[in-house]
Amino acid sequence: MSNHNELPTLAVWKFASCDGCQLSLLDCEDELLTLAGVVRISHFTEMSRATTAGPYDVSLVEGSITTPADVHRIQEVREASRRLITIGACATAGGIQGLRNFAASGAYAATVYAHPEYIASLDTSTPISAHVDVDFELHGCPIDRHQLLEVITASLSGRRPVIPGHSVCQECKARGTVCLLVSQKTACLGPVTRTGCGALCPAVGRGCFGCFGPADTANTSSLAATLRHQGTPAIELSHLFRTFNACAPAFLEESVSQGGPVPVTRGRPPTPTSGEEGR
Amino acid sequence: MSHGSGSTRSISVDGLARVEGEGSLKVEVHDGHVTDVALEIFEPPRYFEALLVGRHFTEAPDITARICGICPVAYQMSACAAMEDACAVTVDERINRLRRLLYCGEWIQSHTLHIYLLHAPDFLGYADAVELAEHDRAAVERGLQIKRIGNLIMETVGGRAVHPVNVRVGGFYRAPDAESIASLAEPLRRARDAALATVDWVAGFDFPDVSGDYRFVALRDVGRYAVEGGRPSSSDGLDMSPAQLAGLIVEEHVVRSTALHARLSGRDPYLTGPLARYGLNGSSLTPLAADAASRAGLGPVCTNPFRSIVVRAVELVFACEEALSLVESYTPPDPPAAVVTPRAATGTGATEAPRGLLLHQYEIDASGTIQRARIVPPTSQNQLTIEADLRLVVQNALDLSDDELQWRCEQAVRNHDPCISCAAHFLDITVVSS
Ligand code: SF4
Ligand code: SF4
Repeated sequence: MSNHNELPTLAVWKFASCDGCQLSLLDCEDELLTLAGVVRISHFTEMSRATTAGPYDVSLVEGSITTPADVHRIQEVREASRRLITIGACATAGGIQGLRNFAASGAYAATVYAHPEYIASLDTSTPISAHVDVDFELHGCPIDRHQLLEVITASLSGRRPVIPGHSVCQECKARGTVCLLVSQKTACLGPVTRTGCGALCPAVGRGCFGCFGPADTANTSSLAATLRHQGTPAIELSHLFRTFNACAPAFLEESVSQGGPVPVTRGRPPTPTSGEEGR
Repeated sequence: MSHGSGSTRSISVDGLARVEGEGSLKVEVHDGHVTDVALEIFEPPRYFEALLVGRHFTEAPDITARICGICPVAYQMSACAAMEDACAVTVDERINRLRRLLYCGEWIQSHTLHIYLLHAPDFLGYADAVELAEHDRAAVERGLQIKRIGNLIMETVGGRAVHPVNVRVGGFYRAPDAESIASLAEPLRRARDAALATVDWVAGFDFPDVSGDYRFVALRDVGRYAVEGGRPSSSDGLDMSPAQLAGLIVEEHVVRSTALHARLSGRDPYLTGPLARYGLNGSSLTPLAADAASRAGLGPVCTNPFRSIVVRAVELVFACEEALSLVESYTPPDPPAAVVTPRAATGTGATEAPRGLLLHQYEIDASGTIQRARIVPPTSQNQLTIEADLRLVVQNALDLSDDELQWRCEQAVRNHDPCISCAAHFLDITVVSS
């Protein structure tokens, strides 16, 4: 490719995560080679040995900040990136590993490791927006690959990505899935969870467990009251709000209202990340 | 980066690519002998074994899936197996077959990712699959086509490719209808043919002449290639239950790693994964896979770690053939899940993740609340053997230039498809010679 060096550059970065969100890029089997023809993938260690120095036009960041070294690394990534997009619940809300924010300092490390002193790990897992400015947040655990392609395409052409902020509930109605909450009294977070997955769980008869995090307008207390009334115990409700997006403000507050432990304050509390955009 | 001064040469690289996770690697050579090798894992710990405590036993499959986005089904299946063991529940064979189909989807997806996107570029001298595609687009497109079909199985059975939503302790939320499973047959026939072409393609690569002295550990199943269950067995005669294996595995926490190193008590390091499965269960491969293995010249046991790519391709043929036969004989399980009532007990589950044996053990109370969790991923079990491999590979390749030796080391690590996100991304390779 003769004009290869003039193509816009894309970088993919990993922090504490499961690699599932960046895998979503490799899962774009039909589009991957086309994409590689219109952008230069300059840094993506899961895919390539070759890396080129920044600055990068678009950086995709997966994972949360959990180590002192990563607190510094994310600053470097921000400085090297024109647009920084966070992908997935780890990067936008701290992920499942954010559950440590509710435990006593050091308790988790001592459970897993014989020598916690060997481990350079923070007591908190925080989203990227708690550390640097973020241009766009894409939600989901994992993200949806069609949404990812939309975000990359929009970012490259300098327009705002078209990603809806309404709830899973509306998507069930659109695809004609019978409401589990009403018909089966199933505990379902669909009314307060951001759309994006295509309402997958209700389609298999399972209540939504909130993997895309809170929708733009999420009335969690009204849903919680309904679920309590239908017989879901408080502890179960607290756990339901406390998984991959446990530290997203709307879910965090509701889990605390249901009696879950409050986050232990250690300097910087989990930072609000409810909007689609950090700035 | 490379620099030399007098009799000392040292090579270091920031970041071993095309693996899942962050770590580093050091090799030291004194007077022509490898004296120290260390695979260091710096993946930030995520403390799953701690955060599971206090959660309900039904949450383990979805929570542990988030340990690894490349092999979530493995985590879901081992978690389900452990919880069902704790609650003394055996699931219906139709549920088991649907699990096996879902698992074949993950093997197809993960093996194709590794063969085409992560490993083949090493043999052909390319930085990545994009560069490979500039020279042989048809090959990469073939790989992506197979991978897509693996994902299609996971979407059809599990609802989604990364972190499926349809799996529950006891079985599935909803059994896919017969038509949607039947629609997988045609794509699977294409995948099977493309997988056969894959074996021929990789069998033609150049392989460094290296042979490891491996102790293999894999599950063994009756009459079939073990995937979603079986008894842990070893090449030196062990045969035991998953619980007994859990009792034998000693995990050490060493200073250089956020992963725990596993040994079997009192014995040497061991290897799990494709080479081990093939060595122990090769006779139970499906017919086309067995043919492909002999055409590729594999023999009954393969001890050249570089040829693991051929074994993986043979397993890819197996997974396609097996999935096709499961699709053709599919009857929806009814009910789609067994009822699992919690009781105070400890349960152990072991299944064959694409990278090797994955063990889960949980202690739950009578209400089903998790009291203790232990997860032993394949990469922690393989880490000591990967280090032994590096020693062997470097010792046999000291005539290579710094750059070539470094690439060879990276390749030696990638031979075992390590999932560092599982074990605890970023391998930093240093070769110090004096
Ligand atoms: S958000 Fe979920 S899928 Fe994405 S990296 Fe984190 S754990 Fe994995
Ligand atoms: S329905 Fe809810 S839990 Fe299920 S995939 Fe969609 S957002 Fe995630």
